[in-house]
Amino acid sequence: MNTLNIPAPLAPATASPLQGLLGPCVRGALFVLLITGVAYPLVTTGMAQLVLPHQANGSLIRQGAVVVGSEHIGQWFEGAAYFHPRPSATRTPDPRDASQTVAAPYNAAASSGSNLGPTNPALIASVQERVAAYRQANGLAADAAVPVDAVTASASGLDPHISVANAQLQAVRVAQARGLSLALARQLVQQHTEGRVLGLLGEPRVNVLRLNIALDALKAGKE
Amino acid sequence: MELIALEFILVLAVMTGLAWPMGRWLARCFDGGTDDTHWAPERLSYRALGVDPSERMGWARYGLALLLSNAAMMALAYLLLRLQGWLPLNGLGNAAQAPDLAFNTAASFITNTNWQAYGGEGSLSNATQMVAITFLMFCGATAGVAAAGGFIRALSRASSQDMGNYWVDFMRVLWRVMLPLCFVLALVYVWQGMPQTLSSEAVATTVEGARQQLILGPVASFESIKHIGTNGGGFFNVNAAHPFENPTPLSNVLHILSMLLIPSALTVTFGTMLAKTRQGWVFFGSFVVMFIGFLALVFSAEQAGNPLLARAGADQQLSATQGGGNMEGKELRFGIADTALFVSTTTAATTGSVNAMHDSLTPMGGFVPLAQMMLNSVFGGDGVGFINLIQYAILTVFLAGMMIGRTPEFLGKKIEAREIKLVMLSVLAHPASILGFTALACLWPDTAASLSNPGAHGFAEVLYAYTSGTANNGSAFAGLNANTPFFNTTIGLAMLIGRFFTLLPMLAMAGSLAAKKTVAAGPGTFPTATPLFMGLLVFVVLVVGGLTFLPALALGPVVEQLQMLQP
Repeated sequence: MNTLNIPAPLAPATASPLQGLLGPCVRGALFVLLITGVAYPLVTTGMAQLVLPHQANGSLIRQGAVVVGSEHIGQWFEGAAYFHPRPSATRTPDPRDASQTVAAPYNAAASSGSNLGPTNPALIASVQERVAAYRQANGLAADAAVPVDAVTASASGLDPHISVANAQLQAVRVAQARGLSLALARQLVQQHTEGRVLGLLGEPRVNVLRLNIALDALKAGKE
Repeated sequence: MELIALEFILVLAVMTGLAWPMGRWLARCFDGGTDDTHWAPERLSYRALGVDPSERMGWARYGLALLLSNAAMMALAYLLLRLQGWLPLNGLGNAAQAPDLAFNTAASFITNTNWQAYGGEGSLSNATQMVAITFLMFCGATAGVAAAGGFIRALSRASSQDMGNYWVDFMRVLWRVMLPLCFVLALVYVWQGMPQTLSSEAVATTVEGARQQLILGPVASFESIKHIGTNGGGFFNVNAAHPFENPTPLSNVLHILSMLLIPSALTVTFGTMLAKTRQGWVFFGSFVVMFIGFLALVFSAEQAGNPLLARAGADQQLSATQGGGNMEGKELRFGIADTALFVSTTTAATTGSVNAMHDSLTPMGGFVPLAQMMLNSVFGGDGVGFINLIQYAILTVFLAGMMIGRTPEFLGKKIEAREIKLVMLSVLAHPASILGFTALACLWPDTAASLSNPGAHGFAEVLYAYTSGTANNGSAFAGLNANTPFFNTTIGLAMLIGRFFTLLPMLAMAGSLAAKKTVAAGPGTFPTATPLFMGLLVFVVLVVGGLTFLPALALGPVVEQLQMLQP
C-alpha cells in the first residue's frame, strides 16, 4: 500500500531560451579555433610554400648567398651615387634609453607613418627642410618646385618606389657621381619604370632598390 | 584624369557584377536553412558542437546563441593573447599583451571592428596572429553575415516565430563562403608578393651595408579574411599600407573588391529571398549613390593637395611623370586615386584597414571617413551594414507615413510602436556612444598627452577613435596613442555597444515583423521599390545620421579646413 505520493519533477512550462546553448557555445569556440586559427593558415602556408616559395618567403633579392633586401620593401640610401628613396618616419628604440625612440629610416621591423596632420607646424617645418636639402643635393634652383613624393613621408615608412619625375631629377646627380653619361642614367630609369597595372591601376613608379642594384651591376660590368 | 575616372567606373562595375552571383549564392545558403542538404563538414561541425540543425529558433534564442558563442570566442582569444609567452612560433620573443590591451583586442576583433591599440609586428607572435586574430576575424565576420541571413529570413516570413537556426547559418557561411574564398584569395595574394610562412623574420644586408630585419609571417591567409570579412586589422602596424600587406596596385584593388563583395551582395540576397529583386536593387542603388559622392569628395580634396606644402616648395601638380597631390602618409604605388578609393571603401564597408595614414589626409579628405562611419550605412560591414540600412528604411517609411497620416507599412507589414522603439534604440545608441565617449575623453585629464597633433586636428583624433570603435570600423587617426587603460577600456566598450546595441534590437525588430500578418498593398501604401523611395532613403540617412554629428564635425575637420586655407 503506497501512501507516499512522490510528485513527478515539474517540467518547465516553457523551455528557457538559454537551455542547451552553453555547451555548444564553448565547444563551438574551440572547434572554430581549430578550423580557422590552425588548419586554415597551416594549409594555406603549405600550399603557398609548395607553389610560390619565392613570394611566400618575402620575395628576397640575393646576391650570391647574401640577402640584400626584398623586392617589395624599400631601403635607405644616402650616398650621392645612389638614387634616394622617399622620406621615412620609422623609428627604433634609443640604444641609450629604451623608453625613447630615435629616427631610423626604413626600419622594416617597425613600420610607421608620420601621422602628422595637414596643418601641423611640425609637418610644414620638415617639408621645408627636405625641400632645401633636395634642392642642394641635386643642384636645383633655390625656387625650384620639388616632386611631392621626394619631400613627404610614406604611409609605411618602407615605400619601395619613387615617382618618375623624382628619379629623373636625381639621375643628374647620380650620373655625375658615377661618371656616367646622363643619357645612360636616364635610360636606366626608363628601363626600371613600372607602368600602371593593366594600363589602369596604380601609378607609374620606379623601384629604388632594383634601380640601384642595376647601377652597381653596370659598374661591375665595366671593370 | 580620364584614366582615373575609368578605374573608378571599372571597380564599381566589377563590384556590381560580383554582387549578383555572390548574393544568389548566399540566398541559397540561407534558403536551405530549412531543408537537410547539409555538407559533410557542416554535419561534422554540428556533431562537434552537439547541436541539432533541425531546431527552429525564435529571435530571442537566435540572438542569444549569437551573443553567447561570441562571448565564448572572445574569452578564448583573450586567454590566448595573455598566454602568448607560452605559445610556440614566437621567434621575436614578443611578450603577452597587458590585461586592458588584451581585452581591447579581443573585443575589437569579435565585434568585427579590428581597432588595434598595438602594432602587429612589435606585439604579436605568428601563433597569436593565427589562433587569436585570424580566428576572431572569421568569427566576427561569419556571425555578422549569419545574423543578416536570419534577419532577412525573418523579414520574409509572416505569422511565424521562426528565424531559422543560428548554428546552421553560421556554419554554412563559414564552410560555403568564407573558407573557400579566403583560401583561393590568399594564394592570389601570395602570387602578388605577400609572405605566407611560419618563420618570423629574414635578415638582409642592404646595398649600403646596413642590417635590415624583415618581419614575415602568415600574412596572405590573414589578409584574405581581413578584407572578405570586412575586418580590417593589420598584420603590421601600418596595415594595408605595408608593402607586404599590399604589394601591388592589383592586390590593392582586390582588397577593395573583397571588402565590397558581401555588403553589396546582401542586397541581392535580400531581393532573392523575398522575391523582391527590384527592392534589393533600390537598396543597392542608395549604397552606390552615397558611395560615389563620398569618393568624389575625398579624391578631389587629396588631389588638390595641401596649400601649406605647396608654399613650402613641394610640387603637387598631376603631370606625365608624377601623380602629385597630398602624398604625406601615402604610398607611391597607389597614388591619390587608389588611395581615395581605398579610404572611401574601407570606411563605407566599415572594414577599417588602411592603405594610407588617415591622420595625414587633408581636412576634407579626413571628413569623408569620419562621415561614412557616422552614417554607418554606406554599404556597411558584413551583415550589419545591410541591417543598418533596413533600420533607416523603416525610419523612412515611418516619416513618410507621418506626413500623409497613415500607418506606415514596410514589405507588407504594419510598422507599429514596438518596431519604431527598437529602431530608435539602435539609431540612438550609435551617436550616444560616439559623442558621449568623445565628451568624456575631452574632459579626461590625460587625453592631451595621447594626442600627436595640436588644435582642431587633435580633437578630430579623439572623435575619430570613438566613431571608429562604435561603427565597428577600426581605422584610426593613428597619431593618437590609444594604448592607455582609459582609451583601451572606453573604446572597448564603445565597440561592444556599437555592435550589440544595433544587432540585438534589430533582430528583435525582425522577430516582431516575422510574427505579423501580411497586409495587402492598398492605395495608401507607399511603394518602396522606386527611385523616389531611394532618394528619400538617402535623404533620411544623411539628415538623421548626419545632422546629429554636425557640431562635432564642425569642431574638427571643418575648422581645420579653414585653418589650412587661410593665407
